[in-house]
Amino acid sequence: MAVETKVEAQHHGHSSGKDLWSGGHSPFNAPYGKLMMWYFLLSDAFTFAGFLIAYGALRFSMPAWPLPDFVFRTAPFMGHAVLPLVFVTFMTFVLLFSSYTMVRAVQEGHQENKSGVVKWMFLTILGGAAFLGCQAWEWTNLISTENMSIFSNPFSRHTTAGQYLTAEESEVNKIADGLAHDDAHRVSGKAFKIEDPYLIPWDEAYAATEAGALTKGYLRREFYVLDENGARVKDAGGKDLVEAEPMGPRSFGTLFFFITGFHGFHVLSGVAFLLIVLMNVTSGIYGARKNGYETVEKIGLYWHFVDLVWVFVFLVFYLI
Amino acid sequence: MHVDYSVSKKRAFSYIILLGAVTIFEVFFALFGKGYIGGVHLPTFIIVLVMIGLSAFKAYCIVKEYMHMGYEVRSFAMSVVLPTLLLVWAIIAFLWEGGTWGHRREGTVRPAERAAVQVAAPVQETTAPVANDTLKSDQPDAPKEDKPAKGGH
Repeated sequence: MAVETKVEAQHHGHSSGKDLWSGGHSPFNAPYGKLMMWYFLLSDAFTFAGFLIAYGALRFSMPAWPLPDFVFRTAPFMGHAVLPLVFVTFMTFVLLFSSYTMVRAVQEGHQENKSGVVKWMFLTILGGAAFLGCQAWEWTNLISTENMSIFSNPFSRHTTAGQYLTAEESEVNKIADGLAHDDAHRVSGKAFKIEDPYLIPWDEAYAATEAGALTKGYLRREFYVLDENGARVKDAGGKDLVEAEPMGPRSFGTLFFFITGFHGFHVLSGVAFLLIVLMNVTSGIYGARKNGYETVEKIGLYWHFVDLVWVFVFLVFYLI
Repeated sequence: MHVDYSVSKKRAFSYIILLGAVTIFEVFFALFGKGYIGGVHLPTFIIVLVMIGLSAFKAYCIVKEYMHMGYEVRSFAMSVVLPTLLLVWAIIAFLWEGGTWGHRREGTVRPAERAAVQVAAPVQETTAPVANDTLKSDQPDAPKEDKPAKGGH
């Protein structure tokens, strides 16, 4: 505190004129480490922006893109209930709350209140760990229940209106209906509109068949293509045009796992750094420096940045 | 510029309430705009504009209050904030590029163009599904992104 006051006095004493920059003063009135943390975060912001802009560019280049509130509609312990964006909103709140506890830790640090710093940092670490746990559940669900990977994406939206063939007309639709857990998820004979979302089911047994081998076990259900008046579109031979649900854009899975993974890795390393700083706080070395727990403030900046990035990941992947 | 402890403590709390409220509104608006609540469908660009606006506001709050940028020396704050303006160019340029790329992608048929193209399409192996062997291969509708973008033009 004393050091900062001195620096501030110097700064205000020379707030105009060249001598502020001619050495001996701190023109930005900030410690070196804090300054460098900010410039690191600026460069990291550009890295994340590059990834998110790549997502935008690829999305703009695709004829169909999965619907977020359809992809992210599941929540732990809720079975097959349709809860669009509910779980990811919970995750956002976990991270926001941990950002609040971090602010409080920094404030207690400025008061040189060691037990306060320890308490609020501990809560921050709990928040970070809870967020990682939620993300682990989300990934597990997408990978093992819904069979999305960095190589294949079964989520997409219809680019035409159509009507699914019945189970009698199509063997694939019959198998898919057999996998459905309730009537609402059996598709045969059902009509859909343009832009309606779908998830291609996956079946181990089908993957072992000759036909299944071609689509690696994804049951790409068949449908009649309908025109805007609801009539079946004919092919050039005059027959009803039948198509199979195409797989969704592969880049969706790649970008999702890469970008949320990169963010999750930031959270993970943040938790690791917070733990190290917390141990140093308890050992008393920051208290002895009498600089208002400056290290806690610096790791706090990093932690808020992780929250800041999540605001944009949340926007790009889940809200739009 | 140091703010009194009890004032900054209160301020941190009021900002977490604000950020939480904005987040709840965002999710509500996203679900409302897409017809999950109330059955209304808003135009996509309105949803997108509102979402971007609110997210930018949240980012502003986090940087200004939680990261304490609002209380730093102005030249320091500008040295961090101004470079991010380059991203405005990057967003416009790359989304534009993505759109152009999509139009040049061979075999890409956008929803609006789809029906017209289907009628004019040459004969394919598509047949009326009657027997087991109508389980089709990947060929007619393989994932669109597998096809190479058309070069040139």
